[in-house]
Formats: sequence, C-alpha cells, structure tokens
Amino acid sequence: MRRLVAPAVNGVLLIISILTVLPLVWMLAVSLMSPGEASRFPPPLWPSRATLANYRELFTQAGLGRYFLNSVLLTAGVTLSSLLFNVAAGYAFAKLRFAGRDRIFKLLLGALVIPSQVAMIPLFLLLRNLGLVNTYGGIIVPALASIFGIFVVRQYALTIPDDMLEAARIDGASEFRIFRSIVVPVLRPIAITLAVFTSLAAWNDFMWPLIVLNDMDLYTLPVALASLSREHVQDNELMMAGAVLTTFPVLLVFLALQRYYIRGLTLGSVKE
Amino acid sequence: MKGAGAAWCFVAPALVIIGLFFIVPVVAALALSLTDFDIYALADRGNLRLVGLRNYVQLLQTPLFWKALGNTLYFVVVGVPLSIGVSFGTALLLHSRVTRFQAAFRTALFAPVVTTLVAVAVIWRYLLHPHYGLLNYGLSRLGLPPVDWLGDPSWAMPAIILLAVWKNFGYNMVIFLVGLQSIPEPLYEAARIDGASAWQQFLHITLPTLVPIVTMVNILTIAGYFQLFAEPYVMTQGGPLQSTVSVLYFMYEEGFKWWNLGSASAVAFLLFVLIFGVTAVQLRVSRWQGVA
Repeated sequence: MRRLVAPAVNGVLLIISILTVLPLVWMLAVSLMSPGEASRFPPPLWPSRATLANYRELFTQAGLGRYFLNSVLLTAGVTLSSLLFNVAAGYAFAKLRFAGRDRIFKLLLGALVIPSQVAMIPLFLLLRNLGLVNTYGGIIVPALASIFGIFVVRQYALTIPDDMLEAARIDGASEFRIFRSIVVPVLRPIAITLAVFTSLAAWNDFMWPLIVLNDMDLYTLPVALASLSREHVQDNELMMAGAVLTTFPVLLVFLALQRYYIRGLTLGSVKE
Repeated sequence: MKGAGAAWCFVAPALVIIGLFFIVPVVAALALSLTDFDIYALADRGNLRLVGLRNYVQLLQTPLFWKALGNTLYFVVVGVPLSIGVSFGTALLLHSRVTRFQAAFRTALFAPVVTTLVAVAVIWRYLLHPHYGLLNYGLSRLGLPPVDWLGDPSWAMPAIILLAVWKNFGYNMVIFLVGLQSIPEPLYEAARIDGASAWQQFLHITLPTLVPIVTMVNILTIAGYFQLFAEPYVMTQGGPLQSTVSVLYFMYEEGFKWWNLGSASAVAFLLFVLIFGVTAVQLRVSRWQGVA
C-alpha cells in the first residue's frame, strides 16, 4: 500500500499536467497544418506535413505584423512608465514622511476592492474629451500608476533599513540622489517582479483596448484576434497560428522570469 | 516636516494618475448612472438630463439583465468552488513528500494562467467544436454521445466554466502551495509521534493553518469570476439563446454598442455593489469563525 503512494501521486500529477498543457500543444500542432487539415474526424493530433503557410498568411493578408507591433509598443510603454511612478510612490509610502501618508494609503487599499470596470465608462468619456480615444495614449495614460503596483513596492520597501537612508542624509545626499543610488538598486528584484506582472497584464488585456481602440491600425493582438476569429470561424489552422503568436511571447517571458512572477503572486495575495 | 516636499514629488504623480483616471471616474460612474446619458448626449451635452433612479428601475424590469445576472451567478457558483477545489487538490499533490519534479509539474500546471484569454478562448472554441473538437473525440472514445458544447444553451455555460477553470486554477494552486510550504514541519512530526494519522494531520494541522489563505483566495476568486467577459465575447457572443450573456457583457453592449452610457453605468455600479456585498459577507463570516 505504502509503496503505491508515490507512483499514484506522480502518475495523477503527470496526467493532470498533460491534460493542462494539451490544448497549448495542440494549438501549436494545428497552427502548422495546411488549411482544412484540422477539419476532419477524428481530429488529427499532428500535422502530416508541417507548414508555415498560416503564419505567412497572417502576416501578409491579415496584417498581423502591425498588431504585433502595437502590442509590443503598448506593453513596453505601459510597463516602463508605470514602473517609474509605482516604484517612486511605493518607496515614499514606505519610507518617507508626509502629512496624511497613512490615511491616503488606507484609502488606496480600500479602493482596491473596486473593480476597474466601474470606472470604464466615465474614463472613456474623459479620455474622449482629452482626445486620447483611438490613440496609444488612451491605453498608456490611465495605466501609468496602479494601486496594486504601489502596494507591492511598498511592502518590499518597508524592509529597507532606516539607518542606511539616514546615513546618506547625514552625508548630505539629496532625496533624489538617495532614491537613485540607494533605493532603486535595493528595490530591483521587486521592480522586476512588478514589470513581469504589468507586462503580462498589459499584453493580455482585452476589454479596455477593445473599447478605446476602434481604429484597426491600432488594434492590439487580443483585439485583432477576437475580430479575426469572428470573421474566420472555419479557418481553424489560421486562428491557431494567431493564438500561437499571441500566447507565445507571454509564455516565454513567464518561463524566463518565473521566479519573479511567482513571488509577486504570493506578495499580492497572502497576508503577512 | 522635513523632506515632505521631496516625498510629495515621489507620490504626487502616481496619486494624480490614480485620482484622475480611477477615483474620479468611479465617482462619476455613480453620477452618470443617475442620468439619461445616451448617443444624443454624446453628441451634445445639452441633451443630458438627470433622471434619478430611473436607470436602475428600468434595469430591474429588463429580462435580459436578470438573465445576465443569473448566468453570471451560475458561472460564479459552479466555477469558483470547482476552480478552488482543483487548485487545492493539485497543490496538495505538488506538496506531497513523494512528488518528484515538483518545479516542472508546477510550471506545466501554471502555464495557462499567463496565456492570453482571447487566444485560449479561440483554442477552446475549436477544442469544443461539435465535429472536429478534441473533447467530443475524447467522449466518443469513452462511448459517450457528442455534445454541441457552444451551440446548446444548457451546455454553453458549462463549457465556458471548463475553460475558466483550466485557465485559472494554477493561480490559486501556487498560493495554496506557498501556504502549505509555510507550515512548520515540526508540527507534523509532533503529531506523528502522538500517533496522528495522515488524515488527522490534514484535518487538525493543514486545514486550520490554511483558513486565512482560503478566505483570501475565495474573496479574490469570486470577485474575479464576477467579471466574466472575454470568454462569451469570443466564444459565443452571448448565445445561444443568451445563455452566456454575463453582466459585463450586458454592460459592454448597453454602453459601447447602443451607447446608453447612463444605463451601462448603472449596470457597472450594480455589479460593484454585488461584488462588494459578497466580499463583506465573506469577511464577516470569516471573522465570526475566527472568534468562535
């Protein structure tokens, strides 16, 4: 009995893991099939002759290159700029003194329970008045700072010893100098965590880009894929190639920086 | 206060952004929900009128709103326990002393979490295809009749739940796993010396330690599941027979298809109140249990 436990546990895990990864592997396999090959019964698991025709068609006919570029630019823009705002604010909430600091922080934490969709309609009208609807700015500007980001950075920054900052102040360093040469290096790990989180969320975001970007030239990959999939209901191989191009960048980032991602996940969710 | 000026330089930009682009819109959503803001008001603010609670009254008389609410509750009530159950089960398996290649299994099980929802919805639409889908092929191998997953009103929501659980369970799994790993090993050793069985250890050490985490995970998962949108948008467009219209899908159509922005704001606000209410009840219950 006892000897059977280890194979049973590992066997069940192996089966669940295969079932979990199967849709993603199948997506890759079907994306390499020639058009129409996947519309058969029983469904083929592997392309009889692998071809990149679907990818070629996506780039030449469906203009996917443009959407890919939009997604890359928007993700990079949101990630880099929000990093600056959130790290600065998170550090200040943890280590600097200013009037109302704790009260403001509590208010921010309280606002975390508000789902972002509540703000969407007035935000759309506001951005419309600012002329930001149908521009990259409509995506980037509202995402420049986030409560979650500030919270995560603050929790980490609390561990910076006050003595270290005090010593620099006694040496006559300005607050900005201290931030740049002491705080930022110490906060590097959490900044990477936040960057991974933000970039994955920005890349995968769907509802807000769908609302703000009406011009096809500005579509991000998820918005373009959703619109393509409504047109090409039957072209399974083509749609799978589109899904591969949309998911693989995030999967690769995740695989490369998994350590940082998992830490952020537990930081944000598990109470200390 | 010394250095307060510099401190404000650090926080002010972020606070201005959050205030202007989140807090103000949230308050404005409440105000907007009390107006008849529609496509005419979008063209000319002169057409805007305050209508009090009329949007809310009208919503509560709209059958499709109730349908959307019912569909969303169905998704939450079935999807959340299923998702958390799978998360918890897989976390226990991963944490087991006999598990090998824990990191590899964890990565595989977590992979769907980081994928793009729209893309996996496209994949699943194909997996669930009545003729060529892998799922029905699997059923046929088991000798079961095929299911028209996304074409049958009674199967479309279960199909979406299946996708959601597959996509999300890894997230809570990792949180549970971290919780399990934080339980000090000596606790179990002491229990074993006292002759406690594996089941007793689970019941009296593992579960009680994880209660706060389970509460947390519950609240966050329920709030997340209430925000169902992209799955029906891509897979079913709310159909068949409006069986997968969710509250947010309803809000999206009301606001950005018909441009009834006042009424859509009322939908958004009702959703918020609902999520807030459910969260508050759970916190109350968990606190009450903590005392008892």
